[in-house]
Amino acid sequence: MNNFKVLLNGMIKENPTFVLLLGMCPTLGTTSSAINGMSMGLATMFVLICSNVVISSIKNLVPDMVRIPIFVVVIAAFVTVLQMVMQAYVPALYATLGLFIPLIVVNCILLGRAEAFACKNGPVPSFFDGLGIGLGFTIALTLLGGVREFLGTGKLFGMTIMPEQYGMLVFVLAPGAFIALGYLIAIVNRLKKA
Amino acid sequence: MEYILIFITAIFVNNIVLSQFLGICPFLGVSKKVETAMGMGAAVAFVLTLSTIVTYVIQKFVLDPFGLAYLQTIAFILVIAALVQMVEIILKKVSPALYQALGVFLPLITTNCCILGVAILVIQQDFDLLTGVIYAFSTALGFALALIVFAGIREQLSMVSIPKGMQGMSIALVTAGLLAMAFMGFSGVDKGLSALFGLG
Repeated sequence: MNNFKVLLNGMIKENPTFVLLLGMCPTLGTTSSAINGMSMGLATMFVLICSNVVISSIKNLVPDMVRIPIFVVVIAAFVTVLQMVMQAYVPALYATLGLFIPLIVVNCILLGRAEAFACKNGPVPSFFDGLGIGLGFTIALTLLGGVREFLGTGKLFGMTIMPEQYGMLVFVLAPGAFIALGYLIAIVNRLKKA
Repeated sequence: MEYILIFITAIFVNNIVLSQFLGICPFLGVSKKVETAMGMGAAVAFVLTLSTIVTYVIQKFVLDPFGLAYLQTIAFILVIAALVQMVEIILKKVSPALYQALGVFLPLITTNCCILGVAILVIQQDFDLLTGVIYAFSTALGFALALIVFAGIREQLSMVSIPKGMQGMSIALVTAGLLAMAFMGFSGVDKGLSALFGLG
């Protein structure tokens, strides 16, 4: 399988949100606007690429029995790096995403890719897998954030498209996250069959 | 009084699943039957309370005095993973009946983000140990409540015919949305209660 195929596979065929249904907590929790969703997607992508590359490079040194704790430590280390970088350079964004940044550690996408891809392939394909899955996740989060922001406030990426009084506030609040994602998945299911 | 307020707020007003979006994976994953939902709820309540105590002690007596606060994420996740393993081993020896009931859910809990999330929240909000434990326990009750109610609804849903594209996860999410909307009815209760108790 060439690297481009791996990339596309991660973005579309194995889209972590719409197809694999992994990582639901940040998907629902951080998508109150398109920009927040995109930032969370990019943050996860950063950790995913780094952890995939490192895990695939050290896979032969790690005894099979303890591989999961070691993978978790690698992921947690990169999450800590991300936390410190974000606190230093984008404190406002860090405050908005809040708890969901340290919680990247327990995002099933990361451990899932480490187990399913990185520990069977070399660093270069693993890099592309991380990039593909990360982009797939970012696209899904941006889309969901965009839908919620538009329906909730009439804006998209902060630009007013529809007068605000037509917005349905519920889409920015918690219930809207569930409902919007439910219908997006239904649309994807329909498109898959067509 | 303060403790009652924390209790009610954590269960109804700031429900961990329906308004804070933590622990969604088990919420969607093991909510097909009421019985399994109860098992998962009990396992989470047990581990969450225990892990909050352990992570609190680690934070206050190891990480803070040595200036290692930046290692919080790594330390907590390792402690939680080890704790879950230990609970599993001990339960197997001490109470096989309880192990039978909770057994399958325990390994799943390590990656349940509400455990790590609550551990970090307790530190962030600067609770003392007792408040933290009450907060953790009531959060777990809130999780169990949401899970069991949701499982009850899904049991009924499995008997009706649903449009093809909406089957499975899609209808489950829309249902969860409606449930979250119902829980939104509790918002403001915390403010009312704190005024009632004279906490300001």
